[in-house]
Amino acid sequence: MLSYIFRRLLMIIPVLIGVSILAFLLIHLIPGDPAVAMLGERATPERIAHLEEVLGLDDPLYVQYGRFMGQILQGDFGRSIHSNSPVLWEMGQRFPATIELTIAAMIIAIVVGMGAGIISAVKPYSIFDHISMGTALVGVSMPIFWLGLMLIYLFGVKLGLLPPSGRLDVTIDLETVTNIYVLDAIITGNWVALKDALRHLIMPAVALGTIPMAMIARMTRSSMLEVMRQDFVRTARAKGLPEKTIVFRHALKNAFLPVLTVIGLQFGYLLGGAVMTEWIFSWPGIGRWMFMAIGARDFPIVQGGILLIATVFVFVNLIVDVLYSYVDPRIRYD
Amino acid sequence: MKFLHNKRVLTLVILLVFSVLVAGCGQDTGSSGTESKDDGGQQAAAPSEKVLIWGRGGDSSGLDPANVTDGESAKVTINIYDGLVKYQRDSTEVAPALAVDWETSEDGKTWTFNLREGVKFHDGTDFDADDVVFNFERWMNEDHEYHIGGTFDYWGYMFGGYPGVVESVTAVDQYTVEFKLASPMATFIANVAMFPFGIASPEAVKEHGEDYFKNPVGTGPFKFVEWAPDDKVVLVKNENYWGEQAKLDQLIFRSIPDNATRLMELQSGTIDIMDGITPDDVATIKNDDNYQLTLRPSMNVGYLAMNTEKEPFDDPKVRKAVNMAINKKEIINAFFAGLAKTAKNPLPPSLWGYNDAIEEYKFDPAQAKSLLAEAGFPNGFKTTLWAMPVPRPYFPQPQKIGEAMQANLAEIGIEAEIVSHDWTTYLDKTEHGEHDMAMLGWTGDNGDPDNFLYVLLDKDNAVAPAGNIAFYKNDELHDLLIEAQQEMDQDVRADLYKQAQVIIHEDAPWVPMSHSTPPIASKKTVSGYVPHPTGVEPLDTVDIQ
Amino acid sequence: MDTQIAAKKSVNQQANQSRGIWADSFSRLLRQKSAIFGLIIVVTLICAALFAPYIAPYNPEKGILGDRLQAPSEGHWFGTDSQGRDILSRIIFGSRISIQIGIITVGISLVVGTFMGALSGYFGGVLDLLVMRFIDIMMAFPYILLAIAITAVLGPSLVNAMIAIGIVGIPIYARVVRGAVLSVKENEYVEAARAVGCSKSRIIWRHVLPNCIAPIIVQATLGIGTAILDSAGLSFLGLGARPPKSEWGLMLNQGKDSLQTAPWAVMFPGLAILLVVLGFNLLGDGLRDALDPKLKE
Repeated sequence: MLSYIFRRLLMIIPVLIGVSILAFLLIHLIPGDPAVAMLGERATPERIAHLEEVLGLDDPLYVQYGRFMGQILQGDFGRSIHSNSPVLWEMGQRFPATIELTIAAMIIAIVVGMGAGIISAVKPYSIFDHISMGTALVGVSMPIFWLGLMLIYLFGVKLGLLPPSGRLDVTIDLETVTNIYVLDAIITGNWVALKDALRHLIMPAVALGTIPMAMIARMTRSSMLEVMRQDFVRTARAKGLPEKTIVFRHALKNAFLPVLTVIGLQFGYLLGGAVMTEWIFSWPGIGRWMFMAIGARDFPIVQGGILLIATVFVFVNLIVDVLYSYVDPRIRYD
Repeated sequence: MKFLHNKRVLTLVILLVFSVLVAGCGQDTGSSGTESKDDGGQQAAAPSEKVLIWGRGGDSSGLDPANVTDGESAKVTINIYDGLVKYQRDSTEVAPALAVDWETSEDGKTWTFNLREGVKFHDGTDFDADDVVFNFERWMNEDHEYHIGGTFDYWGYMFGGYPGVVESVTAVDQYTVEFKLASPMATFIANVAMFPFGIASPEAVKEHGEDYFKNPVGTGPFKFVEWAPDDKVVLVKNENYWGEQAKLDQLIFRSIPDNATRLMELQSGTIDIMDGITPDDVATIKNDDNYQLTLRPSMNVGYLAMNTEKEPFDDPKVRKAVNMAINKKEIINAFFAGLAKTAKNPLPPSLWGYNDAIEEYKFDPAQAKSLLAEAGFPNGFKTTLWAMPVPRPYFPQPQKIGEAMQANLAEIGIEAEIVSHDWTTYLDKTEHGEHDMAMLGWTGDNGDPDNFLYVLLDKDNAVAPAGNIAFYKNDELHDLLIEAQQEMDQDVRADLYKQAQVIIHEDAPWVPMSHSTPPIASKKTVSGYVPHPTGVEPLDTVDIQ
Repeated sequence: MDTQIAAKKSVNQQANQSRGIWADSFSRLLRQKSAIFGLIIVVTLICAALFAPYIAPYNPEKGILGDRLQAPSEGHWFGTDSQGRDILSRIIFGSRISIQIGIITVGISLVVGTFMGALSGYFGGVLDLLVMRFIDIMMAFPYILLAIAITAVLGPSLVNAMIAIGIVGIPIYARVVRGAVLSVKENEYVEAARAVGCSKSRIIWRHVLPNCIAPIIVQATLGIGTAILDSAGLSFLGLGARPPKSEWGLMLNQGKDSLQTAPWAVMFPGLAILLVVLGFNLLGDGLRDALDPKLKE
């Protein structure tokens, strides 16, 4: 097991190097001069030339890449071109927000998705099955931002049940420790903030969690149905084991594997792909930040952000792979 | 396997905790729904505290005014800092701030400011002439130890480089500062009043170095408390302000990027005031008794620039034809909610020097067509029309306005394809003249005609990266504009600018589209808000019930 | 089981035999209500695209500004948009663009992905390792941000948005095809072809790939839906189709400005996207079941 993890860790290295090269090149393909972006609309040509020299933009690409990696490896992600603030600090401000939203979305997706999937599999072709699978299909067919706007209008404006957007009521004081507000509120025992943070989380988490929820529901249902047809389940039934035991102990455990893959992949996507949700719900996360940075040609942010997200993605998948063997001891790695 | 087992337990516990939380918040929602709507999301603030929450489209890029160029940063810093002088609340007339009075020498090359006594920075340090010298030297000298944290763009724009027009800044005594200029500069005092030139506490600048942008310390009516990037900036009242104290106890700026969401935040009471209203929503606000609309006085122009270096726009007849083809009135009614005036000059009418005698090119497709035929294009031609990707106060819906222009042009046979890029690329490419026609606009910085005509239409600025994206070059105009820059008598200058507008009108490098009055929506309970023509104003007079 | 039996017959007869398989699959498809529903939606979409000029009541790109944002009425069933254009006509013409988006993006991902996956799966070894690492790298990139970055490189336009979505979709197809090739290539008929000395490319293109076609078809059908959604997303961010094109995502983005005053301008394009994507998803699901009878009870 440990040697498997070690080998997987080694395999991550070339992937991350590849990501860094791609991120580096991509940015140099984007039209628009970084020095112009930095100096603004009214910069004189002399200042632009001067800045290009300072930034080393005239050096050959491999020299620039080497310098870039050298700094990254020393933990220096540079400073934003536009705000001149340290990229690492900016990341530290936004990444926790994204993690919080992603985890909340995944919890909703897993709880609701697996729940619906299990019930549908236990009673296939029942009304519940049709409704929940129908809903799941509609869920994956909807533009998220469209759904988000409808949710805000309905629950925020018309019903007044939930705050329309943002992370926390701005007038609530919350001492930040991890910048994951729910966690911070628990740590500092600030129950007002906890309640408010959770209320703010509901809508964006539902909007963001819709697609993974639908995928998990469908995957759970189909893999459970498949398992339920297999011999060992028939045997268990023949032995007269209660249906509950069969479903939860045998079928679910075996059906969990493909579901785990979906969860892992979706978790990775959500971390970097919540651009639209973060935009609609004014969520100060990494997706919106990166989207703005790409538009503004803020190279250090784009490079740092992509590296961060890719690294997390790769590690989440590693964890999923390791969990595989934990859930299913039949899988061996050698 | 032992640790795996523990891990399983841990996972289970975490899962449980979260599901309880989620379930818990579901219950909360039910019971607290109505309550949260009534108190407008201010549960935590004590009832006596006056808190104003301002909703806006973007975050500030930094809070060191000398190092920012965007309105979202300026909006905040103008509340934290005072300059030597400032603009009047509703105009670009210059008024005293940290300087109580000032005088200029006969030759216009020496300016002396007498400073206010007894002013303290937010960090408790005293303000005096040395602080002014420190700030100006930091901005203008590229080798200054604290010329860091950015590129001090506005100094360069307004004072002609580093150090630019200013030869020296000296403290004559503790409360007197003297500036020596290399040449007389008509706009000097108006420039000093701009938001970037707010005086920062030298102690704080030295302490924070490159990180000063997130630890701003000034002398203004509000003090900085907290900045959560992309989320909020929190300011509190400066109890020791030298002037009249702010009416609000707390001022919070929230970044809400989506226009539709921002309006819904206002409607659900979680923000008190917002800018960047989609024109189609103006009616919604107007029809609701709970809200009011305030219009910002216009000091801007939105225009369609024709690239005079490219065929067929090198021919003035074609440019005039385009001017006559576009139905400005209809476009303003549809995409500005009527909140704009049609433009006939590059200058906004509120500015001195505006030439009202100029006769607008009337909307007349038939005559436009015959002009085109005269120019040798009886069947029109194909071209590109660049439409900005982001709304700006001068063009609140640029893509849609572009579409309407496209439809207008099609009527006279000009087939224009709409081109767009993201904002940075758009500016970059138009500055380098890649477009045929491009939409752009300008909001005045200092209320001086020079800030429009020279920046946007002089031949000096028609070299890439150009401010003059029509790449319009006229020597006669150039001579007039340079003469006006060095003239100190405003009446003479006004006359020069009037002549300049005649030339520009005749050459028609642009279709001047509109002078908008951007709306700001607020709850009825908000009072005392006076929007400034430059787009940035201190909020110390704002009150909320 | 059918597939393998059929495949074992001689290569020349394969075409004949597979028509039988396709017919079988098609009749299985028609036995599923939801798949029929999906099929109806897709066929309707195709008809709308084909006959758009005949069924659309107005010119989709020409409006009268004076008639802007009119509520649905007899004259304009779905109302008018901000330029005074008929929304129904725009949705009808938009079906052409949606089909275009679906075919081109899936085409790009499919061709490149199949090529990479087939080579990687068939040859294995170092080539496989390289291709798969490259796929890993692409997958580690955040999907939507990669698409955004690509459109930033190429400049925003419908074509570039399609290219971007096509590129980010490559890994999925490469993986699907590689998996299918791996499972097919050990089959006896492939061994046989190898034994009689067929060239490698002939084996791949004539023997291996045709037998991997089922998962590819399923993935492609589902992929069209995803592509339409993604392009709507890019349009929402201002990186997709340019006005005055009647692309549904663009209509949604423009309609959003009048969400409260003219909800129809955002409701109808949204519903159009929802229905069509749903249609492709239902059809894809049905195809999966029909083409792989083992999965069906």
